Amino acid sequence: MADLDDKTLTTATTADPDRPPLTRPQLPAAAPYITAAISWGLSGAIALGLGWGIAGWIVVGWAIFLVALPAWSRALEGGRKAVDRMVTILVWTTFAIAMMPLVAVSWTVIERGAPAFSVEFFTSDQSGVIGIGGGVLHAIIGTAIITLVATLISVPIGIMAAVYLVEYGKNNRMSRILTFLVDVMTGIPSIVAGLFALALFTLLLGPLPRLAVGGSIALSVLMIPIVVRSTEEMLKLVPDELREGAYALGVPKWRTITKVVIPTALGGIVTGATLAVARVAGETAPLLLIAGTLRSINTNPFDGGMQTLPVLIFSEATKGAARPEYVVAQLERAWGSALVLIIIVMGLNLLARVVGAYFSPKTGR
Amino acid sequence: MAKSIDVSDLNIYYGDFLAVEGVNMTVKARSVTAFIGPSGCGKSTVLRSLNRMHEVIPGARVEGKVVVDGQSLYDPSVDPVAVRRQIGMVFQRPNPFPTMSIYDNVLAGKKLNAKRMSKSDADALVEKSLRGANLWNEVKDRLGKPGMGLSGGQQQRLCIARAIAVEPDVLLMDEPCSALDPISTSAIEDLIHELKSDYTIVIVTHNMQQAARVSDETGFFNLKATGQPGRLVEFNPTKKMFTNPENEATESYISGRFG
Repeated sequence: MADLDDKTLTTATTADPDRPPLTRPQLPAAAPYITAAISWGLSGAIALGLGWGIAGWIVVGWAIFLVALPAWSRALEGGRKAVDRMVTILVWTTFAIAMMPLVAVSWTVIERGAPAFSVEFFTSDQSGVIGIGGGVLHAIIGTAIITLVATLISVPIGIMAAVYLVEYGKNNRMSRILTFLVDVMTGIPSIVAGLFALALFTLLLGPLPRLAVGGSIALSVLMIPIVVRSTEEMLKLVPDELREGAYALGVPKWRTITKVVIPTALGGIVTGATLAVARVAGETAPLLLIAGTLRSINTNPFDGGMQTLPVLIFSEATKGAARPEYVVAQLERAWGSALVLIIIVMGLNLLARVVGAYFSPKTGR
Repeated sequence: MAKSIDVSDLNIYYGDFLAVEGVNMTVKARSVTAFIGPSGCGKSTVLRSLNRMHEVIPGARVEGKVVVDGQSLYDPSVDPVAVRRQIGMVFQRPNPFPTMSIYDNVLAGKKLNAKRMSKSDADALVEKSLRGANLWNEVKDRLGKPGMGLSGGQQQRLCIARAIAVEPDVLLMDEPCSALDPISTSAIEDLIHELKSDYTIVIVTHNMQQAARVSDETGFFNLKATGQPGRLVEFNPTKKMFTNPENEATESYISGRFG
């Protein structure tokens, strides 16, 4: 016991190589900014001297920065901090690279699509329009109706399948087969989903059917696995204690699921379903196959085809025209439709967040 | 209204694994029965088999007889849902329903079963249950707030209120105080004393002082040996158990010499 006390005392008072002191020198808070300024300044000087472009300046500056800041940190702060600073730089770099396409796409679409926006663009269709003029209302309505019908088909099926998998399947043979099939379904190319709908309605209606609800069915083939997967994950997150709490009150299983389990997971389920809608709203290939193209408004999904925004973008961007100014108008219309589509999808994503927050259980604190 | 429970030759399995073997006992009506014993010896498992909560776990099954007032619970014609309406349960960790207010949590047993009741009846039941659980004065001004916003001890008393709101005959408690501080524990022990006049109570506890304080009879569970199923070693009035136990293992467990 006395030995132990002695040892504690010595480690506390004298410098021990195994126990470094608690304080160490630190780089000033502005060190990254100073290093960045010097790095890109140096790189700029080299770039000017050798006649490089902006890309060379940025890349070389980045490389100098990546070496200089950790080196400075290593000299002053030690190895662990130096590694931390280097990894921080790499993480920020990958973040910036990941953001680049997003910013570039948004910027291009807004720049080229915004000029197309006008009252006429949102209030009229393409019936009787040759080249210039008209709007895309028919495609907005078509996208809305086809995705809405697809949602009405796939959300109930998806939620019920997930309820079976989590609450009843309990990893039995049937649920394992189902999970495997859902995984396979997730990987179905959208054009194959379109071919499925096309084949189905060819059998029912004869060759080359044009039916908007067929587009909804093709989209729901793509949506169902997403809804099943997200709902399954959300239901798994509901603690078993809540189920047992309900059972212990003499509540039957089906009421426990509908009144306790699903409400508890509702925020996540709604978010997952909304994201699935956003995911399929931009599908082109299956709709091209079965819903076709149309120049006027059709609000009845069971009667003929429907124009949708992605198909409109595709056809406007690829079809030829008698005069060059028509081509310009068609391209502008395509960019405008792309902007509308992006706004719809982003709106749905925001809606998913709001709805998810609204339905999630509250603590009241 | 309170009922006695007769358990005979009860074997409890998880799949092929025999967890508890050969339990025989009689739980008296309007009394508190405590189960004590080291972890993993099957106290909670036996408790859960008394209201058919055991079979909720996939693969779990029971052999033997549990008879409540002459009715065998494991008879094929018995509906487990009906059993659980008569035999309520409070769990180790408080589990109020997160989507419901305090008010709705108390009424959960009625609402989830779609029982229609007038607003005044519902209000009266909520007040009676919360008073019964010693929680009314703390929450009467915020009945509309979420049940998850309460402290751990309050949540546990809310769960007790929820359990007694369905007016069961028997109340099973699985270590109801293990997550609570001494003050909340004392509130719940007082509550158990009060509830005893109306209900048959079975409580699992790791706290031997608690068993001595609240219970009339005590059952001591232990493993036969490591890897062997658990069994009921001794079942006697609490006074006898804590002063003059029949079994040597009981004595060494109670006196802290093992376990």
